[in-house]
Amino acid sequence: MADAALPADEYLALVRRKRLYGAILLLLFVLLMASGFEIADARNAGSFVGGITHVFDFPGEIFSEALRDGRNLPGFVVKFLPSLLETLNIAAVSTLIGGMMAALLAIFSTRGLALWPKGIFLFRRAMDVMRAMPEIVVALVLIFLLGGGPVPAMIAIVVHTAGALGKLFSEVAENADLKPVEGLASVGAGWLARIWFGIGPQVAPNWSSYALLRFEINIRASAILGFVGSGGIGYDLKTALQWGQGKYDQVVAIFLLLFLTIVLVDAVSDRARARLVRGRAGA
Amino acid sequence: MTVSMMKSVSTPVRLMAEIGLAREFARRRSRMIMLILAVLAYLVYVFFAFDIPGVAGRMRPENTATLIGDFWSYKTHVTRDLRKESFEVAIEGETKGRYASGTYPDWVHPGPEPVVDLPDGSRVTYTETGAVIDRAGYGRITLAREGRHIRLTLPEGAVAPGGLSASQTRIGLTGPWWRFSITPTRTETFRYQPGWELFFFTLESPFHGKSAGELLALALWEPRLDPARANIVGMLEDIWTNKMWRHGDVIWALGETVLMAFLGTMGAGLIAFPLAFLAASNFTPGRWLRFALRRMFDFFRGVDGLIWTVILSRAFGPGPLTGALAILMTDTGTFGKTFSEALENIDAKETEGVASTGANALQRARFGVVPQVAPVILSQLLYYLESNTRSATVIGALVGGGIGLLLTQAILTQKDWEEVCWYIVLIIGMVMAMDSLSGWLRRRVIKG
Repeated sequence: MADAALPADEYLALVRRKRLYGAILLLLFVLLMASGFEIADARNAGSFVGGITHVFDFPGEIFSEALRDGRNLPGFVVKFLPSLLETLNIAAVSTLIGGMMAALLAIFSTRGLALWPKGIFLFRRAMDVMRAMPEIVVALVLIFLLGGGPVPAMIAIVVHTAGALGKLFSEVAENADLKPVEGLASVGAGWLARIWFGIGPQVAPNWSSYALLRFEINIRASAILGFVGSGGIGYDLKTALQWGQGKYDQVVAIFLLLFLTIVLVDAVSDRARARLVRGRAGA
Repeated sequence: MTVSMMKSVSTPVRLMAEIGLAREFARRRSRMIMLILAVLAYLVYVFFAFDIPGVAGRMRPENTATLIGDFWSYKTHVTRDLRKESFEVAIEGETKGRYASGTYPDWVHPGPEPVVDLPDGSRVTYTETGAVIDRAGYGRITLAREGRHIRLTLPEGAVAPGGLSASQTRIGLTGPWWRFSITPTRTETFRYQPGWELFFFTLESPFHGKSAGELLALALWEPRLDPARANIVGMLEDIWTNKMWRHGDVIWALGETVLMAFLGTMGAGLIAFPLAFLAASNFTPGRWLRFALRRMFDFFRGVDGLIWTVILSRAFGPGPLTGALAILMTDTGTFGKTFSEALENIDAKETEGVASTGANALQRARFGVVPQVAPVILSQLLYYLESNTRSATVIGALVGGGIGLLLTQAILTQKDWEEVCWYIVLIIGMVMAMDSLSGWLRRRVIKG
């Protein structure tokens, strides 16, 4: 009888202990959230309670102004298209160049593929540092050196993209089958040919899918960097906001352009990525 | 014989296959070449659209030199001002770094005609009428004020030394690790030294200028320098309140940035989790509600963090709370989408099993659903916590909170590059620390 009750007792004790840990963790989390909110609220210029009722004031103001001058809106949309194109170009080119650098970094830091296996550690740490680098750090320093414009933003996003994609790319490359590489080596193919024909086709779908996702992220980053002085639609938004009342129709035009672009690119890239990954499963 | 027969049969087939294969290869190759050409063409277009040649022309090499030099060295100004009738020795020429008279570094010899020793053996004497520079390996250069002009006298028969720049009202001379300039009202010598100045203790701290060994001795057994506080407490206080580097404020700012990321991510998770049930097809049969919620998630995600930042700043003013809310808004959209997808992918059998014991809806969710989605959701949250730490740095620069704000301020002064360098080191350290923390937690969560 006692023997039979023992496992059940143990199980109950286990459950109780687990519940206790869970409760303690939950309590800790609630405490962290509450005290964190208190600190953030205290260090903020306006309080949460004071501001929450005014959240819709500004959007209301700008949209009512934009509605009043509604017929200007199409004109502004056309006016800001070149800036939008610049923002998109910054994102695209930095995804492209960052992606190429990431591919190199990934190959150089994957066992079995690296040209210099001794450098693997070095390339991995380099990727870690590049990944940790927020774009704004590089962008602001480069604005000081190169002046404003799209180039500082581009370089800044390239640095972060190379690190972030490099890590994801190398995870994919690590899982690639090395048999094609060995086959190519057996017929005397050089390192470049082994990577290009042996690894390339295996990793291409996943790498492109990650690069597309990065492109979405980079559009947002490029818009924000414009706001701190690096060209594109973010810069126009900043100037339009500085003009203040009377120019809110421009702000609304920029909001709309940015919103529609992000939603559109997200939708298209979502579909493309689904196809890339499904295509791989079908092959 | 069989072999030759087989050969005759298979040759046409093989030939066809080979032709097909060759065609396929040719098509793939031409597609690859087209792709590479398209990428190249795009890069050429961007090269001109971004005006890269113009950027190369606008580049300011002297800024680069200042920046790189400042990253790892500092300068001390020794200034005599005739208008203010003052003589000053100050690090970076700042009030915060001014030496009190009588405590000058040993290479400054005060007096009616102060003398400054320079690292290469040169020596500058501030005279009544101007200055005398004994330049190492060259000779004596005399500078004398004559009304609104400066007269330069070089050693007899000598050619002008390198690093000399002269106009009627200003004469400058640059040497290794030093720089000198004189105008009708001001004589100034800059001496450069490697390192970050006053990183631990500023000049007014009693611990300034002590070696590591002396500090250790002071901390452990030597009598109090300041009777009001223990040495170790004094040291920590002086480092924390260092006026030049403001270590205390910097640590607070780092904490604020992490706080923004934490509040934003977790807040978004808390809001998105219940909503995700309403947006998942296996929990909410109503198509319209699901559709409305999904579009709402898309909307929150599509209105970029930048736009949320602008809108929320108007309501809440600058600060970390605004930054946290901006992160919360965007991520509510992202989490709503991914959480509802995770909920749709659960195995219905577990819920049915729980239901068979007579559990109600809440119990079914707690014991049938949550254990299945918890690892996915937690690992999502932790992944975003790490990536939001980086975003919070950027958003902090926009909303005026955290380390992002300090960084932009330091860059805007265009001279505190050593602080910029320090902040960059701290930011990278912070993001990497959050990365390893979230990675470690994620591995634990997935293992269970």
